[in-house]
Amino acid sequence: MKIMPWALPLAAWILAPLMLGIINRVKAFFAGRRGPSVWQLYYDLFKLLRKASVYSRSTSPVIRVGPAVVLACMILATLLLPWGGLAAPTTFTGDIILLAYLLGLARFATVLAALDTGSSFEGMGASREVQFAALAEPSFFLGMLVLVLHFGFSGLSNMVAGISLETWQTSGVLLILVACSWFVLLLAENCRIPVDDPNTHLELTMIHEVMVLDYGGPDLAYVLYAASLKMWIFAALVVNLLVPMRSLAPWLQAPVFLAGIVLVMVLVGIVESIVARLRLQQVPKILIGSALLSLIALIVRLVG
Amino acid sequence: MELFILGCVIPVVLGLGVLPIRRAQTALWVATLGVWLGCACAAIPVVSVLTGHDLPLRQMAWNMPGGALSFGLDGLSAFFCLPILLVAPLAALYGCAYLAHEKKRLGPVLFFYNVLTASMLLLLVARNGLLFLIVWELMAVSSFFLVVFDDEKPHVRQAGWTYLVATHIGTAALLVLFAILGQQAGSLDFEALAKAGLSPALASVLFVLAVIGFGTKAGFMPLHVWLPEAHPAAPSHVSALMSGVMIKTGIYGLLRLLTLLGNPAPAWGWTLVVIGLVSGILGVAFALAQHDLKRLLAYHSVENIGIITLGIGAGLLGLTWQQPVLIVLGLGGGILHVLNHAIFKSLLFLGAGAVVHSTGTRDIDRLGGLIKSMRWTAVTFVVASAAISGLPPFNGFVSEFLIYFAGFSGARADAPQTVVLAIGIAAGLALIGGLAAACFAKAFGIVFLGEPRSAQAAGAREVGPAMRWPMAALALACLGIGLLAPAAVQTVLPAVRVVGHVPVTATQEATVLPTGGIAKPGLAMAATDSDEPSPRPAALTMPPTEPTTLAVRSLAAIVRVSAGLLVLAVGLFVIRRHLPRGSEEVATGTWDCGYARPTARMQYTASSFAQPLTDLFRLVLGTRKHGGVPEGFFPPPATFETHTPDTAREHLFAPLLRLIDRSLAPLRRVQRGRIHEYLLYIAIVLVLLLIWKAGGRS
Repeated sequence: MKIMPWALPLAAWILAPLMLGIINRVKAFFAGRRGPSVWQLYYDLFKLLRKASVYSRSTSPVIRVGPAVVLACMILATLLLPWGGLAAPTTFTGDIILLAYLLGLARFATVLAALDTGSSFEGMGASREVQFAALAEPSFFLGMLVLVLHFGFSGLSNMVAGISLETWQTSGVLLILVACSWFVLLLAENCRIPVDDPNTHLELTMIHEVMVLDYGGPDLAYVLYAASLKMWIFAALVVNLLVPMRSLAPWLQAPVFLAGIVLVMVLVGIVESIVARLRLQQVPKILIGSALLSLIALIVRLVG
Repeated sequence: MELFILGCVIPVVLGLGVLPIRRAQTALWVATLGVWLGCACAAIPVVSVLTGHDLPLRQMAWNMPGGALSFGLDGLSAFFCLPILLVAPLAALYGCAYLAHEKKRLGPVLFFYNVLTASMLLLLVARNGLLFLIVWELMAVSSFFLVVFDDEKPHVRQAGWTYLVATHIGTAALLVLFAILGQQAGSLDFEALAKAGLSPALASVLFVLAVIGFGTKAGFMPLHVWLPEAHPAAPSHVSALMSGVMIKTGIYGLLRLLTLLGNPAPAWGWTLVVIGLVSGILGVAFALAQHDLKRLLAYHSVENIGIITLGIGAGLLGLTWQQPVLIVLGLGGGILHVLNHAIFKSLLFLGAGAVVHSTGTRDIDRLGGLIKSMRWTAVTFVVASAAISGLPPFNGFVSEFLIYFAGFSGARADAPQTVVLAIGIAAGLALIGGLAAACFAKAFGIVFLGEPRSAQAAGAREVGPAMRWPMAALALACLGIGLLAPAAVQTVLPAVRVVGHVPVTATQEATVLPTGGIAKPGLAMAATDSDEPSPRPAALTMPPTEPTTLAVRSLAAIVRVSAGLLVLAVGLFVIRRHLPRGSEEVATGTWDCGYARPTARMQYTASSFAQPLTDLFRLVLGTRKHGGVPEGFFPPPATFETHTPDTAREHLFAPLLRLIDRSLAPLRRVQRGRIHEYLLYIAIVLVLLLIWKAGGRS
């Protein structure tokens, strides 16, 4: 087994919590605050891992197993992500389908664990989560189809390895459209403004955060860590699209990739700071809109 | 072949044997023994065919017009036997416990169960149109008697009636179909039918008839109306057999007919793709709106039939475009989904049966918290829920992956129609998968998790071992196929070869498709019989190995990831328990945002969970809401309920049947309910037939 491909998953596992810290610092900057340290999530995780847990009397083993399943899905999903010119540890034709369904399994586990508490608030969040996910998935696959048409159907690593400066000259529009579409998904899937607000727990409009209301201790640590990995996964997909890694010198690829991820996080922070939260009824519209972006890209590809 | 026929005869004979038996226990075990023995006998030739042996066609002289009494077991038949051989014995065992406390005489229901099993097996090997129709009717009638088991309830009689009418509309289409086909070929033997040499127009007419006839049985939208009525009405192990297995005979019939019709026109493939997408998306949308657990599952059968049809449609388009990857993986994914759906859907129906058995209600909104009292049922139900939502590491993901794979790798920028197909597959399957996950999060979450919403749910007890073990076996099968995915693909290939006519030999090395694009439709697969090797067009000499190897390699990687997932999840759970204070637990109430007195009835219900999604589909669903908002400072007690009737039933079939009823009203004059008049009609018709026949001779 080669060691190099494992560098990216390792970076993801170590650095993912830092990225959420960066978003929070950006938001604090825009709000004129100093904000928490970028390492805050690490402190939180360590604190939580040393705690005992509190469970509702309504719960069953589902809520106890849920976080482990969610985290396992996310960790495996990071194994499918390429790093520019460097292939992922696991790559095969159609790995993107598995990636999408691993995220789906994680969501299924989160939703069931939320329903396990019997709380109407968590039921509400679960209901919204499944609704938006059902709309987000077609959009993700349409974006994938654009890449498949352009680079041929193979593993994700092979496809993004095909992106070079020439690709940008010939079909940069496609890449930008798909990247925009996936960026909207990133915001929606990671419960960011304008779809959801990661900071509120007690609003009637919340989605993801309310589903994890009843977690505490190590379970909460697992869930938070899994959430940061999920953010990393989506950011990595967008960066892979936008940075023509093949045209870079090999020693430059890793720093550029990491810088790309940091930039995406800064962008998320800016979006969160300057955009207002959407009403819930509007959320399906932006999800369908993101699918339309990919559809437009498909049409451009077919006509051009 | 004799062994297989013996396997069909044993259940019927033992089923006849139980009719006079008065002791319920004895009758149950004798009848179940019949199913087990029959399936064991039939399994031997099926396995030998699936492992690559050929069975010769078996023909016997028959004292009927239209050819010989012929039986054949090829890859397609053998693969469709698998769900029957797996589900029928397990459901029968489950039925032993399920029916044990029934007050009624069990003879008839056991007999018809065995007849249904045997007729489904026989249908798959029938190689003569007349035999096929007779067995088809036998299957329909025996399942009708199973549906109306609780015939003292009016809604069950109503459901049985709907089923009987629907299935006979289908049979009528098949009668016309085989009459035309037989007339063209001069015989009703399938061998002869395949050589009929139909004109393209006639073949298309026959295809439409087949879609109506077989689609009614399979449950294509909008011909599905009988499913949500009949499945909830039948006893649960019967619903499991009917929904898991019997409706697949419609798919089998369609595939078998496609082998007889010659070159598929592009429109056929598109028709099936559209039917698949409509059935898939609307099936799950209707399922989301249901409160009745078994009705919800019945709509999910429509959804899964949609996925199967989508795969088959892609395969047909592959045949017209000569794209081996679409042929092999589209058909392969669709056909493999037949087996997968049989496993998880029958498991879900058995689980629903256990819930009904133990609580006495099918209303999801009155259940809740069952996981604490019914642990086995809950675990198997959640496995099946994940599988039907297409989530790894279970079997549903494998077949859906194959269909995605077909769509993605078939898409080529220089051929827009392949891209349209890929959009349909990718967006359609993703949407169906997302909605199915939502629906089963609801079904499992509301029924098994949280607090019990009624006294019945609070008093639930786990069911006995005879009901638990079949569920556990099926749940293991879900995981097993998920982890043995490459082997599952190998099993489905013989079936694909029968429909896809792709040469079997791996010696012909891959000649890569010229552009992979669109070839002349006339070139596609000329002959179906292997006796006369007709010159095959160049593009099709490409063996199915190339796309298959790629897909199998991917599946092998997926299996590794799935296994890793299981290990990692268990590992993370163990680590979490062994953290410094990881196993310390404090029990308290659910955090309800400061509200002091939450009650079980304040939990989210199935209707409220699904409401955002059903609102998205409100145009099609037409959900009716009764009740209103309480008003004023001291509001009176208020009620609210929603009700989603079947749109196709209410707005398509009801008006249509009323119209037919009205226009045929004058005919009632000859139908006055007097037996001797009917006898006279029969005599007149017979005499007329005799005269006609004699006139033809001279």
